[in-house]
Amino acid sequence: MSELLPISPLEAEALRLSLRVAVWSVTLSLPLGLFTAWILARTRFPGHGLLNGVVHLPLVLPPVVVGYMLLVLLGRQGPLGRALFEWFGVTLPFTWHGAALAAGVMAFPLMVRAMRLSLEAVDRRLEAAARTLGAGPAAVFLTVTLPLMAPGILAGVILAFARALGEFGATITFAANIPGETRTLPLALYSMIQTPGGEGPAMRLAVISVLISLGALAVSEALARRLRARLLA
Amino acid sequence: MLEMDVAARFGDFKLEAKLSCATTGIVALFGRSGAGKTSLVNMLAGLARPERGRIAVNGEVLFDSERGVDLPPEARRLGYVFQEGRLFPHMTVRKNLNYGYKRAGRAPRIDFGRVVALLGLESYLDRRPGGLSGGEKQRVALGRALLANPRLLLLDEPLAGLDQARKEEVLPFIELLRDSLGIPMVYVSHSMTEIVRLADTLVLMSNGRVEAAGALEDLTSRLDLRPLTGRYEAGAVIRAAVVRHDDAFELSHLRFAGGILRVPRVEAPVGAEIRLRIRARDVALAREEPRASSILNIVPCRVEAMSAEAGPQVDLRLDAGGAALWARITRHSVTKLELAPGTPVFALIKAVAIDRTSLGRDAGSGRFLATGQ
Repeated sequence: MSELLPISPLEAEALRLSLRVAVWSVTLSLPLGLFTAWILARTRFPGHGLLNGVVHLPLVLPPVVVGYMLLVLLGRQGPLGRALFEWFGVTLPFTWHGAALAAGVMAFPLMVRAMRLSLEAVDRRLEAAARTLGAGPAAVFLTVTLPLMAPGILAGVILAFARALGEFGATITFAANIPGETRTLPLALYSMIQTPGGEGPAMRLAVISVLISLGALAVSEALARRLRARLLA
Repeated sequence: MLEMDVAARFGDFKLEAKLSCATTGIVALFGRSGAGKTSLVNMLAGLARPERGRIAVNGEVLFDSERGVDLPPEARRLGYVFQEGRLFPHMTVRKNLNYGYKRAGRAPRIDFGRVVALLGLESYLDRRPGGLSGGEKQRVALGRALLANPRLLLLDEPLAGLDQARKEEVLPFIELLRDSLGIPMVYVSHSMTEIVRLADTLVLMSNGRVEAAGALEDLTSRLDLRPLTGRYEAGAVIRAAVVRHDDAFELSHLRFAGGILRVPRVEAPVGAEIRLRIRARDVALAREEPRASSILNIVPCRVEAMSAEAGPQVDLRLDAGGAALWARITRHSVTKLELAPGTPVFALIKAVAIDRTSLGRDAGSGRFLATGQ
């Protein structure tokens, strides 16, 4: 047991970085995910199926391919990456921002799926009732739709958070494995396994990963139970 | 005044309805399921869109395809009580009630505390809809719609999902709202019993069309509308005034155009105008005035018309001093008594056949607030 503690500064750094990357990727993709879920669940237009496919692509593609596509698109020489750098001075590849983006893209389909399912389960007759009571579409969304899909939003966030925390392939391809910048928990673990005598730190990182995942799961269960109780009581 | 002239198509179902009636008291929309009642009310509320046409309430145009007017539901100020209640499951009863109340804008003529008291909701306020019975839910739904301060309350079969006991839990509240708050209502139902008890105006719908609209008494006495009002439900609705109560026998004496009716005691003061429904199958006929009969009510009248339908039964419309009565007797008796239009007869009405549920308040009692109507 003693060899699990204490955590070395390097490992603590990887842990902090992982949490930062995961929190940012989830926070930024939350509104976009909600919007995408709404589009997919509530609207029909030519190209609906295409959008659905694009959103789900990271789920079926090898993560390395996603990372490579991000690199091609957002690298300094990429069409989007060049514009970002020239206009805003922003560089994404090989930075922790890039790691957050890669994690967010990989987690996006999981988040959208959970939200879309919960949105489709919302009884639209309740929304109609709210309209007859004087609430406009925006107010109905905020006071009826959103609270009713809260369990699905929560599930989406937890799934996305876990996926972002564990992201490896797209991150290492797009943001590389730079200590203190893009070396998140899985990358640090991978590096330790590659290093002679790294078994101890590797074990510690694995245990930390398990603890974080279990913690997130416990928090989501507790929140979900409270939400359910609110709906049924 | 409610004016609708709309056309719409829902899949194979075509709806072409034209309607114009006063919005005082309760307007009942009657028809079999699939007649288009709910579709019509949804178009009125703005929840369904007509292909073309015009809808106006008290002169304000809510929809006009020619002028491009289509007010969203939240701007129409029409309260809607749905068949399934549609309470918000994530809110307490109090928050449900407040939902429309706080959005009602200008000072509502209805006070939160008063509605809660009228509907007897005090003890549920902090509960969630999930734990309420069907009848309780519908009372909350009524209160919620009322508190949004609507100019017209739409009720789409609010009792259809309830058993008889639960219906009796809600019906008196609807009567109470009608009588004490004076909110005009459109009441959708396929139950003639409910309609007679509640409504003043009847709109008959069939196959997406409005077949007839008018005073309840007039429409229920028309022979040509019988296929729509239903054979089992056939009967006349008459107006009567309470003359006196006979405490010894627990009877009330009512005066109507055809004379005096003695019925089991009604809960209305002497002088009150009430409406009662006499089912055709509760009326027997005699050519001579019977003596020593248990029948309390013997009304002289004249045969006015006879239904020409095949079968063992014949429905006869009778003229009792200007009021219409209905009698359902066998074809055999028609032949034996040699009945034909114009024949003078005595209508024998069993007093016990007129029960509480067949009584309604009279339309002309003028207890409605005239504000904003």
